[in-house]
Amino acid sequence: MKIAVLLKWVPDLVEELEVDDDGIGIDTDDLKFKLNEFDDHALEEALQIANDGDEVVAIAIDGDGTEKMLYTAIAKGASSGIRLTGGSNSNTANLAAGFATALDGGNYDLILTGVQSVDDLDGQLGPILAANMGLPCVSVVSSLNVSGGVATVTKEYSGGIVAEFEVDLPAVLGIQAARETPRYAPVSKIRQVQQSTDLAEKSVSGSSTSGTIITAMSEPETGGGAKMLDDVEDLIEILKGLGVS
Amino acid sequence: MAGIMVICEHLAGEFSDITFEMLDVANKIGGDITAVTFGSMKEKSGELGIANNVIDAGGDTEYNPESYASGAKAAVESNSPSIILVASTSMGYDIGNPLAVNLGIPLASYCTGVSSDGTNHEFTSSLYGGKMSVTSTAAGPAIALMLAGAGDADAGRVSGSPSLSQVSGESLDRVRFKQLIEPDAGDVDITQSEIIIAIGRGIGGKDDIEIAEELAEVIDADIACSRPLVDAGWLPKSRQVGKSGMKVKPKLYIALGISGAPEHIEGMKDSTTIIAINSDENAPIFDVAHYGMAEDLFDVVEELIDELE
Ligand SMILES: Cc1cc2nc3c(=O)[nH]c(=O)nc-3n(C[C@H](O)[C@H](O)[C@H](O)COP(=O)(O)OP(=O)(O)OC[C@H]3O[C@@H](n4cnc5c(N)ncnc54)[C@H](O)[C@@H]3O)c2cc1C
Repeated sequence: MKIAVLLKWVPDLVEELEVDDDGIGIDTDDLKFKLNEFDDHALEEALQIANDGDEVVAIAIDGDGTEKMLYTAIAKGASSGIRLTGGSNSNTANLAAGFATALDGGNYDLILTGVQSVDDLDGQLGPILAANMGLPCVSVVSSLNVSGGVATVTKEYSGGIVAEFEVDLPAVLGIQAARETPRYAPVSKIRQVQQSTDLAEKSVSGSSTSGTIITAMSEPETGGGAKMLDDVEDLIEILKGLGVS
Repeated sequence: MAGIMVICEHLAGEFSDITFEMLDVANKIGGDITAVTFGSMKEKSGELGIANNVIDAGGDTEYNPESYASGAKAAVESNSPSIILVASTSMGYDIGNPLAVNLGIPLASYCTGVSSDGTNHEFTSSLYGGKMSVTSTAAGPAIALMLAGAGDADAGRVSGSPSLSQVSGESLDRVRFKQLIEPDAGDVDITQSEIIIAIGRGIGGKDDIEIAEELAEVIDADIACSRPLVDAGWLPKSRQVGKSGMKVKPKLYIALGISGAPEHIEGMKDSTTIIAINSDENAPIFDVAHYGMAEDLFDVVEELIDELE
């Protein structure tokens, strides 16, 4: 079985986000980025279902963080990494266009990616890519088993209810959670991979436009917002006022 | 006539709240409103009184990503709406996104608001885990994936007798529904709790949950959590609050180390009083909380336990 895992580099929300001077994007100077956490789950799930002889290929569109994502994926157990040059990761339409070209003809059985990312304003990569490639897709997948060209997946609804589906392969899945917490690769291992492994390169083009135009970005107006308390005494007063103690 | 189309969502034979929220949003935009239903839900079209028309797009009553996306496409093609509202949910993701690609029209995700003059639309979206509000525009037919909370479900729940018509999508069977699986009932039903202490990733590690449990004992609260703690296997799914977890409305909800992503807020925003403790003063949880403390949760919780015991 050949599995592709699509990776994306996103701002780390632990950081303070600020609007840039144009007022339509976030200021990325000095901002820390990381692998989209749902992509990390997609990678973990791929490594979990892969048996001996299966191939897990990590793929990312060239940009900041690409080498780090791909070398880390290999250090965690991916068979290889492909860096896509010439594409754009500026929006989902571009990502999908780039990934579709790279995947086309690659004989992948499964294409896994994170269910969503923190900035995918123009749509979620999994279903957008699947529609571009004419493949079936299930998003918000929290369990996956493959047997005989068919994936059995559960898709999460609300209230803890999940639905089980069978999906003919090849298919695209938007992964919500892997069966286990994504593994960690020690820095020394990543460095070792970096020295001993070459990333494949493939040239793609990102031509799609997303159709929506961002006209403003701001920190959300708070609906009044919280009354901020300075010390625990104040909090205790409030709890007592609510009859809690 | 260009109008607004609402792709209705249902589960277990009932329209979901988000369906009525979207009808309310459509009603506030104004214009001719068409609701699209699947499977046997057409029989409940009387509940969709805000809509002028209901299109039955066929398919099984159990959701199917492929056939619902195809039915929705047929409905759009028969009706040419200017805006299509789809739920920003697990089901909606696999309808709205392929619809945008297959119709070649723009889509805006995570919408908390939509306005339109019939041709030009403006979307407000909650991005970066709720830390940024983004305004985007599109002209001509476009899709909005609507977040829960964008509309008022009660206002959208109007009975009536919209006209009913029918379309059918392609019959596809690459994705096959097998079964619905209900969650294991937990030891505690947090939807019934009066006081909830909810812990998030800020708690650090599994062993640190103990301190929250200690506080819970002191103030007679039940422990709940955000999703990552369930994914990590630290707490059972029955304790998860949010989009893919439980919706809770306790008298008091104390959030410890929870950032306040839209998917979490969806499950707890209707709590009577919300207190949030988070070391990041810009955490979006403070937007829905009534009281907040931008402090280290361990310092606050330890002091609370000492003082209240
Ligand atoms: C389809 C879908 C469904 C989802 N459903 C749900 C759902 O049902 N429920 C849910 O919760 N999430 C859900 N999520 C996940 C959601 O997007 C967020 O990833 C999640 O809510 C984040 O959890 P968190 O706030 O605990 O973690 P984080 O976002 O990592 O936040 C941790 C917070 O802790 C604070 N912190 C750190 N250390 C301390 C300290 N010592 N003291 C005080 N504060 C501290 C940080 O400032 C930060 O704000 C869903 C996602 C998807 C895609």
